[in-house]
Amino acid sequence: MASITEGGAAEAEKPAKHKGPLIYRQSIFTRVTHWVWAICLFFLLLSGLNIFDAHPTLYIGQQSSFADLQTGDQHLDNAWLDIGAVNTDNGPRGQTTILGHSFDTTGIGLGVSGDPANPDFRGFPASATIPSYYDLATARVIHFFFAWILVATLLVWLVASVFNRHIAGIPPTPRDLKHLPRDILNHLRLRFEHGRQYNVLQKLAYSAVFFILFPLIILTGITMSPGVNTVAPWLLDVFGGRQTARSIHFLTMSAFVLFFIIHIIMVVLAGPFNELRQMITGRYRAGADVPFDPSKGDKP
Amino acid sequence: MSGKLLLNRRRLLGLGAASASTLLLAGCDQFDDFVGQGDNSVRGYLEKANDLTYRVQRLLQGPNALAREYTDADIRQGMRPNGSTDPQGDDYLTLKANKFADYKLKITGLVNKELSFSLADLKSMTSRTQITRHDCVEGWSCIAKWTGPQLGPILDQAGIKAEAKYCLYHCYDTMDGGLSGQVPYYETSDLLDAHHPQTILAYGMNGGDLPVANGAPIRVRIERALGYKQPKYVHTIELVSGFAEVGGGKGGYWEDNGYDWYGGI
Repeated sequence: MASITEGGAAEAEKPAKHKGPLIYRQSIFTRVTHWVWAICLFFLLLSGLNIFDAHPTLYIGQQSSFADLQTGDQHLDNAWLDIGAVNTDNGPRGQTTILGHSFDTTGIGLGVSGDPANPDFRGFPASATIPSYYDLATARVIHFFFAWILVATLLVWLVASVFNRHIAGIPPTPRDLKHLPRDILNHLRLRFEHGRQYNVLQKLAYSAVFFILFPLIILTGITMSPGVNTVAPWLLDVFGGRQTARSIHFLTMSAFVLFFIIHIIMVVLAGPFNELRQMITGRYRAGADVPFDPSKGDKP
Repeated sequence: MSGKLLLNRRRLLGLGAASASTLLLAGCDQFDDFVGQGDNSVRGYLEKANDLTYRVQRLLQGPNALAREYTDADIRQGMRPNGSTDPQGDDYLTLKANKFADYKLKITGLVNKELSFSLADLKSMTSRTQITRHDCVEGWSCIAKWTGPQLGPILDQAGIKAEAKYCLYHCYDTMDGGLSGQVPYYETSDLLDAHHPQTILAYGMNGGDLPVANGAPIRVRIERALGYKQPKYVHTIELVSGFAEVGGGKGGYWEDNGYDWYGGI
């Protein structure tokens, strides 16, 4: 961790001789909502994994298949993901089954985790959930609290971003897309533009988050609510059933985790000091190619 | 000078990031003390979100928004039993031995006239049959067909007093009550849910009699809520103005164990 930070810092120091202007890039609305979301998504993810542990199986369709408790017969099988445990000669092992293929996942704590002498039999381990112990009731309290905060903050951001035109800078323009191959190459060479606007890969990533992932995870979340189903039954049709909605909710969560990992890596590679300053003070050190323009509030 | 300062800031940021990741790797038990069950001000604050959910959903729903009803083709398997599946109380076993011929459903509490119905009485009433999806709080769902009279007209027959605010459903089955040993299952609903057109006293399931594993002889179906709000083995429906004095005071067995009272999400 420390060595990566130093590497990124050294990278950022190089152009210090002819550095660009210090531009005002992020409004107070963008900055505050960003950190509120970071907190919300942290609690939503970890309480969500605790909720998942209550029934660590995902299905396609309206309902969940199960074997008859008395006869063991199974008339329907629509599960596509299952995290469970099996007994072997070497004791209990965690087993994750995806689309009929089973993997031993004891090593990463899926299915069986904790002290081998007294293992926890649960989907995700204590280190990945809030509360650390399995407590569906409490996890639901935490999950719904932060879900409300997330939605309220998104609304604030949406209104503010329409007014201050921040949102207009997120979807890539056709001109941006023409630069896509060049931008990909630059990223692969770890050469990053520090312009006034986001680069096209940033625009694509943030567009995916704001226009696909956030709507998807909120809508699939409320599709699981029987109360919401009476108000908006069409949501069940849009997502292909309550259990499919639960699956999409899980997959969208996975996409958020992937985004988070890339996001952090990019912050570190692109200069963590400059990037963090941007999200705290709003000021961002642009590249040397960006002309100094005091009319835009630039500082030297 | 400023370079030194920058380096220090950078080091600080690096330290911050390193300690944040250590915090994560150490597990998330540092939150356990704040959010766990029991008297806990942080949890009490977080729980306010559930009141908000209840109010917003009731506002949007109005009294009669219906849960989706499915077709016979959607019944792909038996109804999955959960919770109590075979109550062992003497009173229940006696009734079961006689195929519930001596069963009585009582309407009591804040009503103008207390009423009592045998299973035959309930079966002779106008019934409603609905194929609905049962959603467990754990996350699974199962579609089944339920048959029985609507609860609303039965309550109207008894005459609900103005001070009544909730239906309190008393059940024959018992659950683990921790230090209290076995405690009776109970549930409460608001009067909107009690009068909802799909709220029925189900005596039939998937075309046959309601099996014991699914709540025989009577299970209340409250279709806008999760499974724990749909009490099985119901023997008395009591109209009450509040439920603070009942059980653990939270309005239901699972509510006393930390689950939200509304149960619509």
